Order: sequence, then structure tokens, then C-alpha cells
Amino acid sequence: MSGRSSRRSSKRSLGEATPRSAGAILARSLPVWLVLVGLALASCALAYLPMGRWNMAVSLGIAAAKMLLIGLFFMHLRRPDPLLRLAGGAWLLWVGFLAALVFADQATRAPLTQPEHMEDRTMEPPETAGGRSGF
Amino acid sequence: MSELAAGRVRPAEGPAEPWPDNYLTAEQGLGSWLLTTDHKRIALLYMATLLAFFVIGGFGAVMIRLELFTPEQDLMTADAYNRMFTLHGTVMVWFFLVPSIPNTLGNFLLPLMIGARDLAFPRVNLLSWYLFVGAGLLLVVALVAGGVDTGWTFYTPFSTMFSNGYVLLAALAVILAGFSSIATGLNFIATVHLLRAPGMHWFRLPLLVWALYGTSVVMVLATPVLAASLLLIVAERAFGLPVFDPAQGGDPLLFQHLFWFYSHPAVYIMILPSFGVISEIVTCFARRRIFGYTFMVYAILWIAVVGFLVWGHHMFVSGQSLFTSLVFSFLSFVIAVPSAIKVFNWTFTLYRGQITFEAPMLYALGFIGLFTLGGLTGLFLAAIPIDVHVTDTYFVVAHFHFIMVGGAVTALYGGLSFWWPKITGRLYPEGWARFAAILMFFGFAFTFFPMFVMGFAGMPRRYAAYPPEFQIWHVMSSCGAVLLAAAYLLPMAYLTFSLFRGARATDDPWDATGLEWRTASPPPRGNFGVLPVVAEGPYLYHPEAEGPHHSEREPHQNQGGNL
Amino acid sequence: MSGGALREPWHSLRRQREAASFGMWLFLASEALLFGGLILAFIATRWFHPAAFAAAGREADIVYGTANTLLLLTSSLTMAVGAQAARAELPRLAGRALGLTLALGLAFLCLKGLEWRADLAKGLWPGPGFALEQPAARIAFAFYWLLTGLHGLHLLGGLSAIAWLAGQAVLGRRPWRSPAFEAAALYWHLIDVVWMFLYPLLYLDGRAA
Repeated sequence: MSGRSSRRSSKRSLGEATPRSAGAILARSLPVWLVLVGLALASCALAYLPMGRWNMAVSLGIAAAKMLLIGLFFMHLRRPDPLLRLAGGAWLLWVGFLAALVFADQATRAPLTQPEHMEDRTMEPPETAGGRSGF
Repeated sequence: MSELAAGRVRPAEGPAEPWPDNYLTAEQGLGSWLLTTDHKRIALLYMATLLAFFVIGGFGAVMIRLELFTPEQDLMTADAYNRMFTLHGTVMVWFFLVPSIPNTLGNFLLPLMIGARDLAFPRVNLLSWYLFVGAGLLLVVALVAGGVDTGWTFYTPFSTMFSNGYVLLAALAVILAGFSSIATGLNFIATVHLLRAPGMHWFRLPLLVWALYGTSVVMVLATPVLAASLLLIVAERAFGLPVFDPAQGGDPLLFQHLFWFYSHPAVYIMILPSFGVISEIVTCFARRRIFGYTFMVYAILWIAVVGFLVWGHHMFVSGQSLFTSLVFSFLSFVIAVPSAIKVFNWTFTLYRGQITFEAPMLYALGFIGLFTLGGLTGLFLAAIPIDVHVTDTYFVVAHFHFIMVGGAVTALYGGLSFWWPKITGRLYPEGWARFAAILMFFGFAFTFFPMFVMGFAGMPRRYAAYPPEFQIWHVMSSCGAVLLAAAYLLPMAYLTFSLFRGARATDDPWDATGLEWRTASPPPRGNFGVLPVVAEGPYLYHPEAEGPHHSEREPHQNQGGNL
Repeated sequence: MSGGALREPWHSLRRQREAASFGMWLFLASEALLFGGLILAFIATRWFHPAAFAAAGREADIVYGTANTLLLLTSSLTMAVGAQAARAELPRLAGRALGLTLALGLAFLCLKGLEWRADLAKGLWPGPGFALEQPAARIAFAFYWLLTGLHGLHLLGGLSAIAWLAGQAVLGRRPWRSPAFEAAALYWHLIDVVWMFLYPLLYLDGRAA
């Protein structure tokens, strides 16, 4: 009994229980696509709603939701394969490292070093490269 | 001693005896090398390529040391000097040190050590070599055409707006070399996950495999960010897209963040595999199990992950936020802990070991000493006040050369000697090898220790001319470099000699543990006749029953007796 | 036994299939950090110049952008269907779905080309004669060209891979059960996911003002 169930779960974990007929495949994929299209249209519409700085947050949130849907259903992270889930999620931690420390710097930088506060040279013509530009 | 040495040579077999079928003889012809998917052959291809780049980078070092022999700027112009140290840095970092141990020893040994027939994606492995060669050719074109004057760091806005070197070609070469290391990295990770022999649990893996695994994780996740930062430079320089241009409100510090997000972990790409090599050698020649195996593993993983959080210590004087500097400083101290764990554990492995001083062991002991010095001076540099004092001085140059040359290159030579009998089936001449190992240690210290002193006294890096009071240190350093160069060239000579005249090695000349020694020397095309099954952990040099338990202490005796 | 899909050094197709997916996932993690780094650079610069980036976002062509978003989402659907059908050895469905994916990808690139032409006509290349007043808008458009260009290159790579694999399968040189289809599908979905983030960043910023 336990042997059978473990065999079944190992089969599932390797994704052996995949749909075998055209109907089953479409029935699994089409609803996801509908939700994705809905989300895309919603994010387009919400962008015109004045929410101040929340506009970008909402748009990126919807993008993240779409990523999650695509990841879970189209990229099969829903299948219980721990190895693939690990590989599919690990990058988030590293992007988090990068973002956390870069934004920590930007948020606490001394004001004088921020470009907005620097001498305004922006109306002058942009400086061209000195010397010959090697390829 | 002589008994031990006698056990290494294949007895009663003259040189005329035909070699058993192995990976070197399995196929013949140039095509069988250039189109091979055998990880062992690809390792040799990498070895040849890396040797070429080591020579090119070494040429840069020689020119720098020659120029610095006198305080005046006499050998080359300041601009030529800039190009020379950029050549040295770019070639040595991306085209020698980053691929050095992973792509040669790692490529050769990883499948052997875990009991696999090949890497998970043999053709990706070959592709990685071709990408590397392509990148190398691009870089050589850039260097021959006139060189790059930005330093290996490509800092903006100099690299994007003012430099008149061949920045674009060099940046593209580095991006391409990055793809090659990503390909290698993902291949190693997939191999370790999916191709271990039956019974080879995660905590039975040799530490070199763990180290290569950690290195690969860093390669796969850090290298693309380097590609991103260099792509932004290409966009700005080639297409005039003003990403970092301060005049438009761009932020050059952003480039430094992205660049060091790769380039600090890159140091761990260079040093982690060395840790693995040293663990293999120290255990074998001390005839001891590694002390604290699990902690060695956790230390590798800790370094691989936390190594991503310390890059800001390269930017303490760049104008980044002071608060962030404090965080980076703290995290840089944190990363020293696992490195210290490793040094302590090697030392404890040596303790009460039956140590013999074969050449690989001499390299390994030299490594431990030099790495400890390099690591401790790293702590100086992690402390913001000291770092502000010594930023851009020779103190920094000395520090990272202790890690990257005294550490990584010494480990490469040690590993090469250790596995030379496995790779070629021949023994190297032991006396010459010991001489080279000792010469390398002293030559290295002679070259780079004076740099700590002059750096602390204020000698800035990247200048061709300098005040005369620093000359004594520079002369010492340049003289040491001669010794060091001799110590690097010597093994190339005697290893080449041993290819033709070396004694035939037995399958396991060091009486070592590890699956790579359980097959023929050199191994057959498929690595193992019958794939091995693993029933025990690594480094069983000192089985339970053989020798006193550590709780049974010998009474302490002063060395040299009681005077 | 495995119908030609099994390769060295694997002993079972199952294991090889897992390795193909795993290897591709590792590559995708790498790609995620490539685009993640670039997108982070975009957001970090936007942090200092929100108004200029909003102005730049308003200039991007939202009709092309939204149409392309929908095209790419649909191509993800057809690719997912194609890969699953290939694995279930339904050659007709797989062939059609992969063909449709190729068509949708090409349509995306065509629309993108038209959009780029319109952008150039509007003076949105951040060189001399740039259309916008704020200097930092030049940076925003620098990112626009770089990110859409790089994304386009990836898309082109994905299209070539799918075309090559599907071509081999139709000619009978590659069994439909080959794990390569799933790996290619994973790559295609990544291209889609990257666009899901580029769309709000490049097209939706500043619409409400």
C-alpha cells in the first residue's frame, strides 16, 4: 500500500501524469490564458486611473501575478518536482540581494551626491568623447 | 619514504609496454579533439588555452614590474602603462583565474569524483570551450589593435565617454567569456544533482565537488549581472544611449553596483575551487580524515551565498551612502568567518596527522599560509577607516594578489601536481617539484609582501612613476617577481618533460581515497569499466579502528625535550 | 527502447528529461539575473527622475505595446500546448501549435519593427534632436531601446530554436518525445515573462497624469 502510493507520488513528481489527449491539454491551458489576457487588459486600464506612485506598484504587481501564473501552469512548477522548483525560485533571492542593497544605498545617500542636487548642466550640449573612439 | 615512492611507479612495466586503452588513445586525429564531448579532453583543451592566456597576462606583469624598477617613468608612456595593467588585469581575471581550476581540474575530475561517465550536457561543455576561445580571440584582437586603458573595472564615465582604447571589443569579449562560464556552471550543477553514483549522498561528496558546486552557483547567478553592466557600457559607447552620463542625470555609481555584484563574487569563483583542492591534498598527505566535514560544506555554501552581499566594500570612497557602507562593512566581516573555519579545519586535519611533504602538500601548506595572510588583510580593508586610508594603494594590490595568486594559482599548481598521474598516467620528478613549490612560496612572498608596506605608506596603484622613497620596496618586489616567474615556468618544463620521460604511475600513486583513484591512470573513455557504488564517506584515511581516538590524548612534550 | 531520444550519459529518458528541464531552468535563472539587473538599473535611475521617466512612458506607443503583450501571451499558450502535445506524441496538435507559436512570434517582431520605425520618426532616439525636454528622459529612452532590443534578440533566438526543433521533428529526425521541446518551451515562457515586466515599466508609466 505504502509502496504503491510512494511509486505513484514519484511518478507524479517526475511529471509522468501529464495529459495525453488534445482535449485534456487544451482544457488545462486555455483557462490560464484567459486569466492572463484579463490581467494584461486590467493592468493597461488601471494605468490610466490616477493613483500617484501606486500606479507602478499595481502594474508591477500584476506583472508578478502573470509571472506566477505562467510559472505555475505553463512552466509546470505546479508539478511537485523539488529540484525544478528550487531552480525556478532561487533567482528571486539573488535579485532580492541586488535590489535590497542598491536601493539601501540610494535611499540613504547623502543629498549632495544625488544628481538632482548637483549643478545643473543639462541645458548645455552633451560633451563629446575626448580622443578617437576606438571600436 | 622510498617505499612509498616505489609504490607509485608501475612495477615491472617498461616504457615499451603498450598503454591500456584510455581517453587519450581512444580516438586519434585533430578532429577527435576539436569535436570531442569527453569532459577529460575538454579539460585538456581548456588547459592549453589557459596556458596561453597565463603567458599573455604574465607578460603584462613582467612589463609592469620592469617599469616600476625605477621611480622615473622610463620604459613606457603613462598611457602605455595604463594599457599594460589593464591587459594584465583583464586577461588574468577573466581568461585565467575565473576558469582556471573549474574548467581544467574541475572539468576533468567532477564526473570522476561522483562516479559519472561524463558531465550532464557534454555538448554544452564543448560549446563552453568554443565560446571561451572566441572571447579570447576577441580580447587578443582588442589588445593587439591598441589595448584598453580603463583598468579591468571599466569604470564609467571614463570607459563610456573619454577612454580612447578598444573598450567595446574588450567588453564584448568579457561578456562572451561570461557565457562560457555560465555554460560550465549550469553543467556542473546539473551533473552534481543528477549524475551521482548510487550511494554517493550529498554528505559523501568530496569537498572539491562541493566547492565546484558552490562556484557554479556563483557563476550562474553573478555572471549575467556583469553582462548587464557591460551591455549598458556597450549601449552608451557604441550607440550613444546615455545610461550613466552624469550630465543627463545618470548615476555612475549604479554601474559600480552592478559591476561589483559580479566582480566581488568572482573572487569566490577563484578561491572556492582552491579550497576544494587544498582539502583533497591536505587529507591525503596527512593521512587524516578532514576535520569537521559538515562545517567545511556549510562554509562553502555560506561563502557562495553571503559572498553576494559584500560587494559594496569596493565602493567605500565612491560616494555611496555611509549607512550602506556600514552594512557592507559588517557583512564583509561576516564572510571572513567561513574562510577562517576552513583554515582552522585544515590545521586541525594536520594535527596528529602522518604528514609527508610531497610537492602537492608543499603547495597546499604554502596556500594555507598565504591565504591566511590575504584573508586577514581583507579584514583591514573591510574596516571603513582603514580602507579609506589605503584605498587605491598597493596595500589593496597586495591583498588581492595574496588571495588570487598566492591562493588560487598556488592551489592550481598543487592540484595539477596531485592529479598529474591521473591525467597523464605519468609521475612528475618529485625533487624538482618540491623545489618549485618552495621557490613559489618564497618568490611570491618576496614579490607581494613589500607591497603591503609601501601601500600602507601611501604608494598609490596604477602609476608608472612614483616618489623615490618607495623605490626600495619596488625593487624588492621586482626581484621577487623574477623568482616567482621562475617558479611558475619550472613546473611547465618538468611537467612537459614528464609527459615523455616520466615514470609510469600506478592507478592510485598517493594511496588516496576518492572515486577518481579507483579507475585506471589515465582513465578510459567512459571513466569507469563498471560504474562504482559508494558505501562510505570521503577521506577515510584514518579508519575508526586504526590509531587512537582523539579523546585518548598523548601527554604533551615540549619540542626538543626539556631543557 | 527510447526511440532515439536518449543521449549519453543518461541511462533513462526520465532522468534525461528532468536534466533537460533542470539545465534550462538554471539557464533561465541566469537570464533572470541578466534582465533583472537591467530592469533594476532602470528602476534605480527612475528613482532619481520620476517625472522624466513618466514623460518618457507617455511617449511610448501604448497601442503597439498592448497588442504585442497580447500576442506574446497567446504565443505562450500555443507553446505550452505544443510542448505538452509533443510529449504526449500528438504530432498534429504539436505541429500546429508550434507553427502558431512561430507565427505569433514573427508577428510580434513585425509589430516591434513598425513601432521602432514610428519611434524614430517621432524623434525618440536619445541623440541629437531628441523629442523630449527633460534630460533624464534620454536615459529612459536609452533603456527603452536597450531593453526592447535585447528582448527582441532573445525572441529571435527562441524562434530559431523552435523552428529548428519543429523542423527536425516534422522531418522525422527527432522523436516528438525528445525533452528538447519542453526546454524550448521553458525558454519561450521566460521571454514572455520578461515582456510582462517590460510592458508596465516602458509603456504604462505616467499614463494617469
